Amino acid sequence: MALMNMLEAIRDAMGTAMSADNKVMVLGQDVGRLGGIFRATDGLLAKFGEKRVVDMPLAEGVIVGSALGLAISGLKPIAEIQFLGFAEQAFHQIAQQVARMRYRSRGRFAASLVIRAPFGGGGRTPELHSDAIEALFTQAQGLKVIAPSDPHDAKGMLLRAIQDPDPVLFCEPLRGYRLARGEVPSGPYEVDIDKARVVREGKDVTLIAWSAAVNLALQAADILLTEAIEATVVDVRSLLPLDVDTLVAAVQRTGRCVVIHEAPLTAGFGAEIVATVAKEAFYSLEAPIERVTAPDAPYPLSAAEPMFIPSVERVVAAVRQTLEAQ
Amino acid sequence: MSGTPPEAQFPYRGDPIPPLRFLEPNGALLEGSVSPLDDEQILSALRLMMFSRAFDQRGISLHRQGRFGTFSPVMGQEASVVGSAFALDPSRDWIVPQYRELPALLHHGLPLENFILYFNGHPAGGTIPDGVRLLPIQISLAAQLPHAVGLAWGLQLQSIDGAVLTYFGDGASSEGDFHEACNLAGVVKAPVVFFLQNNGWAISTPRAKQSGARTLAERAPGYGFDGVVVDGNDLLAVYAVTRTAVDRARQGRGPTLIESQTYRLGAHNTSDDQTRYVAPDVVNTWKEFDPILRVQRYLAARGRWNEDAASNFQSEISGVIDQALIAANSVPPPTGAELFKHTYAELTERQVRQLRAHASSAKLRETA
Repeated sequence: MALMNMLEAIRDAMGTAMSADNKVMVLGQDVGRLGGIFRATDGLLAKFGEKRVVDMPLAEGVIVGSALGLAISGLKPIAEIQFLGFAEQAFHQIAQQVARMRYRSRGRFAASLVIRAPFGGGGRTPELHSDAIEALFTQAQGLKVIAPSDPHDAKGMLLRAIQDPDPVLFCEPLRGYRLARGEVPSGPYEVDIDKARVVREGKDVTLIAWSAAVNLALQAADILLTEAIEATVVDVRSLLPLDVDTLVAAVQRTGRCVVIHEAPLTAGFGAEIVATVAKEAFYSLEAPIERVTAPDAPYPLSAAEPMFIPSVERVVAAVRQTLEAQ
Repeated sequence: MSGTPPEAQFPYRGDPIPPLRFLEPNGALLEGSVSPLDDEQILSALRLMMFSRAFDQRGISLHRQGRFGTFSPVMGQEASVVGSAFALDPSRDWIVPQYRELPALLHHGLPLENFILYFNGHPAGGTIPDGVRLLPIQISLAAQLPHAVGLAWGLQLQSIDGAVLTYFGDGASSEGDFHEACNLAGVVKAPVVFFLQNNGWAISTPRAKQSGARTLAERAPGYGFDGVVVDGNDLLAVYAVTRTAVDRARQGRGPTLIESQTYRLGAHNTSDDQTRYVAPDVVNTWKEFDPILRVQRYLAARGRWNEDAASNFQSEISGVIDQALIAANSVPPPTGAELFKHTYAELTERQVRQLRAHASSAKLRETA
């Protein structure tokens, strides 16, 4: 066990996978000597050489598209996209091509590869860097869309994703990269990538979140506890496929639910969760399900960021609202 | 200090090199040319070209009767497709296709009934038998080019012998994926051949509106590798340039862009009406350059082709197409499970529930 932040855990996962299997390679912009703009690949070039850690031309489409070809050739590519907002430049490769290769080839070719990208706000980044567009990818059937919220899960889920026979979009919390340290086992271990996790149990309300918003939910749960309100916090972990049973069971136990995400409200992934829970847990619900999200507006420049991203205060307020409902 | 400064001198670009050609349209071998294929090989290529033409005609006729789906005939491009496919070794080279290359797919090992099933809309049509080095037909134009580069690069990284040839058209070469793929291929020196079939049309958009470049091949040097223009209606020339490009790729000498200048004699596909945008005399001019006639004339002059040979070929081809149609039509229609199959390695929990719901509603419909 070692104390690691999210970035260190991700780097450790890639190093672990690359040591265990020489088919695993990393490709992306600036992943070589620089070690990635966030240093997620720091040290990998020195250890594994430039055939396995490849600085790519500045073109997201061919980073993802060539990763698919590399996967078909028998390698295990991990493609880094510097920010998820830039993955829109590769959207057709991800959604049409990578996600459907198995289906289109009737199982002959699997796109067994990982696409890593940080997303979400709070980093005071320039335009387009903070966009939380994870929901866009959840209609790409054939793809897995996962988002760890802490270092332990990050390493274990990334190791699992690298082994997964299907393509995985691994969304990393930009704000959470260096936010907190956690215990991370050394060496290989795997964490399920298709199961939600109940992070904390409480009888009064269920907070559902993923990635950086899980931390927000936990902070809100601490504040609520001072008012004797006990919150369950569920980390969704996998948006596609969605672990419906864990979410529904958690809401059935409390009868109240708040869903938190950084994307704008309309057609954010919260909409899918709310619709699913509202149907499956309908007779347990004591109040309308609340959503705490960004407003329906483009991600703003950084000075306006604090007003845009969901805050702990808004989560606490949403919980109070569900508790007041008759 | 006034007036216009003298105009800066920009580098002079030489005229484009004319397309490489071995055979005259009348079937005569150009002086100084030596056929890269022997007569038996040419006969076998001709057979495949004629097969392709016959299948196009059958498919169009079945489509009109509502018995075959929308597909894109090869008509006019047979030398381009067959000549390039013959330059590959199916036991080590890969084809990354677009969708207008039926004879190349057959030559590489795809069963004809799979192609028929695919264009008839049956999910089973996507099946590529194990060991056949072929990626699925690509509908999203140029999206296959990054895959071809990645696959070729992967072979190179693992020291696996073989090259990758990818097909696309003049229209697809305007897509960003073409440029991104060429750019990466040049950087990593991937063993890939970009085989651009310039058939003059992207549905109804003529070549001139596709790019201001004088030839599409001359973009290659900008990416750090060679581009070559070939007469795409000349089987021998297409074979020769492709063979060279494939050999160079296998030897680690990097990618090549081949612009095969050919002509689409038919419509874009069976739902298109080319009479809205192609003048009939243009088509008639190109019929003079028919790639099949050119090979037949060459072989006839060598005493290897006559009416009897032609009718033997035709009846044999007809029989093979009949058999494949029977085989394809005998595949049972898709079941509900086909909807979910191969989305993931295993069905997700939600898919299992949806499949169950589908099955029970199908049962309800049956009993109703």
